[in-house]
Amino acid sequence: MEINFFTRSPCACYQPGYRMTDSISSTANSYLTDPPGLRSWLFTLDHKRIGLMFLVAIGAALALGATFALLIRTELTFPGPTIVNSGYAYNRLFTLHGAIMIFLFILPSMPSSFGNFVLPMMLGAKDVAFPKLNLFSLYLYVIGVVFFLLVLVFGGVDTGWTFYPPYSTGAAGPVVLAVVGAFILGFSSIFTGINFLVTMHTMRPPGMTWFRMPLFLWALYGTAIIQVLATPVLAITLLLLGVERLLGFGIFDSELGGDPVLFQHFFWFYSHPAVYIMILPAMGIVTEVIAVFSRKHIFGYKFIAFSSIAIATLGFLVWGHHMFVSGQSPIVGMIFSALTFTVAIPSAIKVFNWLATMYKGSIGLAPPMCFALIFIFLFGIGGLTGLFLGALATNVHVHDTAFIVAHFHYTMAGGALMAFLAGLYYWWPKITGRMYSIAWGQISALLIFIGFNLTYFPQFIIGSRGMPRRYFDYTRLLEAHPEFTFYQIISTVGGFMFVGGLALVAFVLIRSLFAGRPAPANPWGAATLEWQCSSPPPHENTPPPAEVGNCYVFDDLRYDENIKGYVNRES
Amino acid sequence: MNHSASSISHDGAPLAHVVPVGVLLGVFAALFVLTAVTVAVSYFDFGAFNLVVALGVATVKAALVALWFMHLRYDGGLHAFLFLTAAAFLGLFLIIAMFDSVEYQPDVQAWQQRAR
Amino acid sequence: MTGPNTTNATRGRDGDNDPQLAHHFDTPRRQYDSARLGMWIFLVTEILFFGGLFCAYGVFRANNPAIFFDGHLFLDKPLGAFNTVVLILSSLTMALAVRAAQTGRRRSLVACLVATIVCALIFMGVKGVEYKQKWDHRMVPGQDKIFHWFSGEKGPEPRKQFRPDESYVRARLAAEGFENLDQEEYDRRAARLGTFMGVYFSLTALHALHVLAGIAAIFWIFIGSIRGRFGRQYFTPVDLVGLYWHLVDMIWIYLFPLLYLIH
Repeated sequence: MEINFFTRSPCACYQPGYRMTDSISSTANSYLTDPPGLRSWLFTLDHKRIGLMFLVAIGAALALGATFALLIRTELTFPGPTIVNSGYAYNRLFTLHGAIMIFLFILPSMPSSFGNFVLPMMLGAKDVAFPKLNLFSLYLYVIGVVFFLLVLVFGGVDTGWTFYPPYSTGAAGPVVLAVVGAFILGFSSIFTGINFLVTMHTMRPPGMTWFRMPLFLWALYGTAIIQVLATPVLAITLLLLGVERLLGFGIFDSELGGDPVLFQHFFWFYSHPAVYIMILPAMGIVTEVIAVFSRKHIFGYKFIAFSSIAIATLGFLVWGHHMFVSGQSPIVGMIFSALTFTVAIPSAIKVFNWLATMYKGSIGLAPPMCFALIFIFLFGIGGLTGLFLGALATNVHVHDTAFIVAHFHYTMAGGALMAFLAGLYYWWPKITGRMYSIAWGQISALLIFIGFNLTYFPQFIIGSRGMPRRYFDYTRLLEAHPEFTFYQIISTVGGFMFVGGLALVAFVLIRSLFAGRPAPANPWGAATLEWQCSSPPPHENTPPPAEVGNCYVFDDLRYDENIKGYVNRES
Repeated sequence: MNHSASSISHDGAPLAHVVPVGVLLGVFAALFVLTAVTVAVSYFDFGAFNLVVALGVATVKAALVALWFMHLRYDGGLHAFLFLTAAAFLGLFLIIAMFDSVEYQPDVQAWQQRAR
Repeated sequence: MTGPNTTNATRGRDGDNDPQLAHHFDTPRRQYDSARLGMWIFLVTEILFFGGLFCAYGVFRANNPAIFFDGHLFLDKPLGAFNTVVLILSSLTMALAVRAAQTGRRRSLVACLVATIVCALIFMGVKGVEYKQKWDHRMVPGQDKIFHWFSGEKGPEPRKQFRPDESYVRARLAAEGFENLDQEEYDRRAARLGTFMGVYFSLTALHALHVLAGIAAIFWIFIGSIRGRFGRQYFTPVDLVGLYWHLVDMIWIYLFPLLYLIH
């Protein structure tokens, strides 16, 4: 197995004598400039433009959520009040961090940005099935973001992103605004799901059979199934919560004759499958990247394809594992615990297939691959700790501790976010037509990896020893556990390193817009259809070839030193 | 282009099956009768079967609407599969939530007793 | 249409004659199939959306059937049955409208759409009558709060507790044989009634909102049908709105026995 540290593609992609005007010719007649004008962007029906606009908005959401994360980390560094003086203020910090990261960042991050951009091109279609619905989905996202910004303006909410009644039905603050914002964002998600499902069913060109589709599309299919089936239940939950707050309907609040555990059933019926909305496209991206940067056909195509559908389906059967200590009956707890163990199986199948793909492959450690490998490691840890949590006995012990926080950060941030970054580095040349500095991309991956582990591994430790989550002042715990402060300090150092790494990613990529060399059509040597067109793509999608080949066979591509990219062998 | 009485697309193939008027009126008549039945039946008490009968009749009516008014009878299997899948997932949610709520009622009642 | 010699220049060219064929679809058939599949998936989301409310209904009814026994006494069964028939009739007229569009009969299409809208408006009217009845007896949850908002009164908002018109409630219960209730028993029943009204209004108001949206959609295709937009080649919007309308009908078919026909 050979490992290529990607020095062949020069890290000094800022060639001497490079001029800004060189860039203009490469973006002329691309989707970026054709058609011109602000109005054409605001009312575009082009999936590539919509995907790019989503990407920009999602990046901003990540920055906002990360800001709250740093505030939380700063507060927790030392026991006792550090930068906030009350639990109420701290509650607002973690509520906003959670809600923004989940609803504004991770859920739309991969389907709405990369999915929109890449799906029609990978499929060989001209656009998604319903371009106007796609644009409406973008508008809904922006409106949802505005609602959350209003929540910030009005002082935030302190209910936790989970909005559990009876607290949330009576809490002060703009809970209804937040709930309406999440409701609107839910519909953005639903419409994206509908679009993708229909596009994949009805707009495949002849020759593009289901089992010739790239696995990222299978992942998006599974994601779309969940978006369509689960998100409406979130919508009704939030609607009922809002109505209960405003009019006192009494569905969830026990004071009014309602049932708070019922809220949790409603909430988690959506929110558990939601985490699979987050991770399935991530796994799809990892699949693509691993195959390309191992120069080897993906191992077990059908297993990976079907495992995406299996995860989507099984993910609906396990929501009660969030409710083991809620007052749910023991028998139902046992059923959910048993079912939770099954949902790990398809994920494990994928991990084995990725490793088998890499075995005896020719590994290229470009930044996308760095993040894909980081994903496998961190998601592995996150997923395994999920099994610990699926067991009733351990769950009761660590529920609502930092162990849970570490578990879901390893899966959501160590998993989905890493894959998002992998996708960002992977498709950036295609989307923008620019190459970035490979070396600095690799450095950002290293910084993020170290920072992430420093942040969250200590939280497994202190969580298992009893450090509760959502506590801003842990002074009283120090008597029994004096080491908590030490671990929290490490965690904060890691946190700043992690966010520093993210800032470095942003810097690397934005710098490439000004000083990066124009990207060839296929810099990575991938065989999926989106790399056949120029970087950036033209306004009209390139028609697919008459014969749809195997998108994981790389033998037909050869590296052309002149353009520093791959071309088809015949040419 | 041959414009026949049925709906067609450019290549001449019909875009969709046209349901005959007689069938539509028949379905309506059946729905009306079933509505009358379900109202009439509500004046009698069958004990535990009340709910079964009411939901059973409602399901038959829903099936009539789905099969003929929504032309599931004539479409490919995908639409029917979608519809049944939605019903199945809904059923899953309902059954588990309702089962759980019944199982934890003793705890709720104990709390209510203590609250009094 | 697609094949080895297909380029952007030739793809979709045959659709040039068809102003209704969107540029990203190759054939009208594909566009029609996509549209219908998209609408069916949207209906799936609507089923799950309402389904949550049915779940709340189920949980309350399984554990406290008395809520619904007491509650349904305050609903008007004949009005509910009438509304059911009206909605089923509107479903028939909608199906006939789709058929008219498919066979190119413009006048029939317009007539059927008007009939559908009329039926839907009758449904909403009856619903309005029922709701007004509840409002008059202070049986709408949160009614006191709504009064407070619109009256412009200063002072603290009233408690959320459900406080219906006591004499009306006692009279209705007495008519069913529950006479001379002491205060504690009355309070328990009133609380149960509050929960019932919460479930009732959630279900029927959400349904009514969907009926209103349906009326708007049907009105939109009514305008289109007057302008001659639909015919044998292109009737997709009529078909899709029809599918939506039938789902709205189907939801009411379940709501009616669950709320009105209880022993």
